[in-house]
Amino acid sequence: MADQRPDPDVLLKEIQQQEQRQQQGRLKIFFGAAPGVGKTYAMLEAAWQQKLDGRDVVVALVETHGRFETDSLLSGLEMLPRAQMEYRGVTLSELDLDALLNRKPDLALVDELAHSNAPDCRHKKRWQDVFELLAAGIDVYTTLNVQHLESLGDVVAQVTGVVVHETLPDSVLDRADEIELVDLPPDALLQRLKEGKVYVAELAEKARENFFRTGNLLALRELALRRTAERVDAQMESYRRAQGVQEVWPTAERILVCIGANPRSIRLIRTAKRMAVGLRAEWLAVSVEAPVKVRPTEQDLLQLAEHMQLAESLGAEIVTLSGHRVSEELLSYARSRNVTRIIIGKPTHPRWKDRLFGSVLDEVVRGSGEIDIYVITGETGEIEPRPIAKPSGQQPVNLRHWLLSVGNVALFSGIAALMHPHFTLVDLAMVYLLGIMLTASRLDRGPTLLATLLSVAAFNFLFIPPLYTFTVEDVRYFVTFAVMFTVAFVISRLTWRVREQAERARQRERRTAALYHLSRELAHVEGRERLSAIAIRHLSEVFSCQAVILVPDDQGTLTPPSTGRHTFALNQKERGVAQWAFEHRQRAGLGADTLPGAKALYLPLIAAAKTIGVVGLLPGLATEPFTPEQIHALESFANQTAMALERAFLAEESQRALLKIETEALRNTLLSSVSHDLRTPLAAITGAGTTLLQSEKLLDAENRKELVQTIVEESEHLNRIIRNVLDMTRLESGAIKINREWQSLEEIVGAVTNRMAGQFQMHPLQIRLSADLPLIPCDELLIEQVMRNLLENALKYSPEGTDIILSATVKDLEVLVTVADRGPGVPPEESERIFEKFVRGKQAGGGAGLGLAICQGIVAAHGGRIWVDNLPQGGCAFTFTLPISQEPPSIEEEAEEILT
Amino acid sequence: MTDDKPLILLIEDEPQMRRFLRVSLQSQGYRLIEAENGQDGLTQVASRKPAVILLDLGLPDMDGLEVTEKLREWTTTPIIIISAREQERDKVRALDAGADDYLTKPFGADELLARIRVSLRHLARQESGQEEVIFDSGTLKVDFSKRQVLRNGDEVHLTPIEYSLLTVLIRHADKVVTHAQLLREVWGPRHANQVQYLRVYMAQLRQKLEDDPARPVYFLNEPGIGYRFRSSD
Repeated sequence: MADQRPDPDVLLKEIQQQEQRQQQGRLKIFFGAAPGVGKTYAMLEAAWQQKLDGRDVVVALVETHGRFETDSLLSGLEMLPRAQMEYRGVTLSELDLDALLNRKPDLALVDELAHSNAPDCRHKKRWQDVFELLAAGIDVYTTLNVQHLESLGDVVAQVTGVVVHETLPDSVLDRADEIELVDLPPDALLQRLKEGKVYVAELAEKARENFFRTGNLLALRELALRRTAERVDAQMESYRRAQGVQEVWPTAERILVCIGANPRSIRLIRTAKRMAVGLRAEWLAVSVEAPVKVRPTEQDLLQLAEHMQLAESLGAEIVTLSGHRVSEELLSYARSRNVTRIIIGKPTHPRWKDRLFGSVLDEVVRGSGEIDIYVITGETGEIEPRPIAKPSGQQPVNLRHWLLSVGNVALFSGIAALMHPHFTLVDLAMVYLLGIMLTASRLDRGPTLLATLLSVAAFNFLFIPPLYTFTVEDVRYFVTFAVMFTVAFVISRLTWRVREQAERARQRERRTAALYHLSRELAHVEGRERLSAIAIRHLSEVFSCQAVILVPDDQGTLTPPSTGRHTFALNQKERGVAQWAFEHRQRAGLGADTLPGAKALYLPLIAAAKTIGVVGLLPGLATEPFTPEQIHALESFANQTAMALERAFLAEESQRALLKIETEALRNTLLSSVSHDLRTPLAAITGAGTTLLQSEKLLDAENRKELVQTIVEESEHLNRIIRNVLDMTRLESGAIKINREWQSLEEIVGAVTNRMAGQFQMHPLQIRLSADLPLIPCDELLIEQVMRNLLENALKYSPEGTDIILSATVKDLEVLVTVADRGPGVPPEESERIFEKFVRGKQAGGGAGLGLAICQGIVAAHGGRIWVDNLPQGGCAFTFTLPISQEPPSIEEEAEEILT
Repeated sequence: MTDDKPLILLIEDEPQMRRFLRVSLQSQGYRLIEAENGQDGLTQVASRKPAVILLDLGLPDMDGLEVTEKLREWTTTPIIIISAREQERDKVRALDAGADDYLTKPFGADELLARIRVSLRHLARQESGQEEVIFDSGTLKVDFSKRQVLRNGDEVHLTPIEYSLLTVLIRHADKVVTHAQLLREVWGPRHANQVQYLRVYMAQLRQKLEDDPARPVYFLNEPGIGYRFRSSD
């Protein structure tokens, strides 16, 4: 049956996980219900067993708490010195993570997994250190008490009355390859405590009063046993899945927990986590932003951020919704995500409030339909998800607003006074309402409320008889006032609420738009530097921070680019943090769990294939970390950037590959083309040489000279070919650098004619240089090469006795150099092609067909052009141009000064 | 073999080059000693005191520039650099560091012998301590005592810079003089990079002293390196 078969995706994932685990170290946790049950002892015993089996065991950090039995097990094991940290005048000794990573034993013992590190350590928590060890391939033995598990924190607090501060995510326990439950019945533990085997005597008494009560221990033991059992269960299921064992699949449950700034939200989160684990369901933690009566304090916002972080660390997906009605937002989101259960806090506020303003809980329950609602009790106070409003731009209400509000009332009182003789009082009240509405649409709540009160007062004072007093004759007017006030109040609230929501929507819109702009701009740009610059600009603008993008060099060390406008410089320490984020593909630094002491936050740029680099973000207000929500947004920015950069990398790589292929092709063509051309002169040289060697005596002086002449000439020929081949390859590979200096064309011509002096006997060379040739910026050697190639070409194709003309003139901003011959000319259809590589004329006397291609390459590199014209009188003329864009250097006056 | 024949030290690691040079030099009556690497070469210069050193730039143990610099710390023995074509930059550096001249592979025996002759001539002049008072190549005559320049018998007026450029070139006659060297000697060390000065003044000199400036007889341009003043031979 098809549905009995395991899902291939799930299987693949498990295989991948297994493979990943195989490269990583193995984690074994000695798990106990309470301190003193003998976890450390059991761990050391197991370590000894390993050591005796011949493994390299190092005690990285073990707390013996002065327990004698434990101490005695330690001797004989290699101990790693601890790192000493100075913190607020106290010396703390911590795990020396780097030393341990360098030492790289097979197995490291690290006691007390839930420990929180000193502030200067790399990680906040010891379990993060342990994960780094595992990633480095080191096996780890460690110990853990049940009360330190995040999801059990509140249960433990409930049972024992002790609030545990050092907690670790449940996922750490799930990561363990092996868990050994170290169990001791409570009575035995208490006995040990009495005997001083757990704590030294004076501490023992205190501990027994507080924590080590039989009831506590029983409860903790049960928790530990249950947690271990749950894990066994999960392993069993994983095994079954792998083996394709049919079982009852849980229905696809999804849990939504509604949280706010209230500290009791923590309980809701933990309950949700437990329920999710029990049901093997996904879960979401949701907070709703809505306009509220009371503006949330900074404290509230921090609290909420912490709750969101907690939920995330427990494995929840965290979501922030915003909307006008909490219940509607919640339910519609829950439906959109197919949530099956909603967990919400029980309200504790007085009932009349619900009557008056409506109850969120009631609305949720009524509107829930098929979704189950779980209402969880808080210990005290309200648990109702308190909507959180974000501070919105115009926070500080300034004096101007208050004055405006008074002014508005005065203005509308004036209008009402003008209308008074012609209209009824009801109409005047309407005028005031209009004024209040306008006030509310522009100003804050305080001033609006003031305007409302003032309006009622002014209405009374100015228009209600007796006039110009606050006394009221007719009781009926009180109704008018009440209605007027209520209507004004409601209008002002509604108006304000609409504005508030619009503001938040605008913020969200801005961020989405910013992300959209970023991705659009990134899509249109090529090249790493420009992409980085764009990303940095966007990040710094949207999050008002400074940003820097670091990419690794060939050794994998991050190198920051040159600092620009929006970036900041990194010192050694910050660079270390960035490097960590890069290597571990996790965020680090300010606001993150790892190395939070850093000045900036570092997010890895993770693309499809690899980690591209790291983006560092320094908040505008240096010490204010990014909020979790901002970090999420930053991460989406980082993702966009990573993808764009990866695209650039891939493009560069394929460019390089293409170049390599082209170079390869060129080399092959060169080899095949040149081998023939090389062999001809070589054959002549070898022939002449061997003849001289063997039949020296038979040859007369003239013949001998003839042969020697052949050797010399053919060698020169060979040299020319090799020179051209080398030049061509160097030109193609970009190895030739144009070394521009001010040159005199006359001198270059002089050098060429001097070098080729012997070759013009048969073809007289005429040189016609115009008198006004300026100095030109060019590479002397290369231009000489061009002239030589052109002249050699002309010599090769010209009939004996005809002239070759070398001329140079200035035209506009160019120097034109022409070599004209009286040879056969170039067929028009060939006039483009002859500048290509390996193309030679029909009567070519040898040569690789590279001469003109080299000329073309050199001239182009100088920004000039080269072409050939057939001359009316026969023959052809090769012309190349060199630009003289720069103003030639003026030196005359300077030189005269030196003279005197 | 008599001792009055000049002793030449060849520092070159390629056997076939040594073979060719050995044959052609000995046939011309020079005495030849050989070194296969820089270190050996330096020792032999100190112990054998050759008249001329032929130094290949591409040695296995140290580069030719280093050898030149070490030698110039204590001796003025002429050094002729032998370089391959792609060692243009090293060549100029070695010349600036005090090498006297260069040959680019492949070169002919005639070229080699000419360079050695020039070096020996300069050496002899240096040892005698006498500066020539009059340079005369037939068409061009320079009387240093009178600061007079004659072309085909007619006096040519030169500016002070042109004249001092001419004297430096004639002092190093037939040897290459690098751009930097010329600029330093004529304009002073501050102008060592301003080749355009040279271009302009060399053009003026050619204009005044050459029959056809585009086919110079005296003032030869060595592209990328410097100038060589060719005396009659």
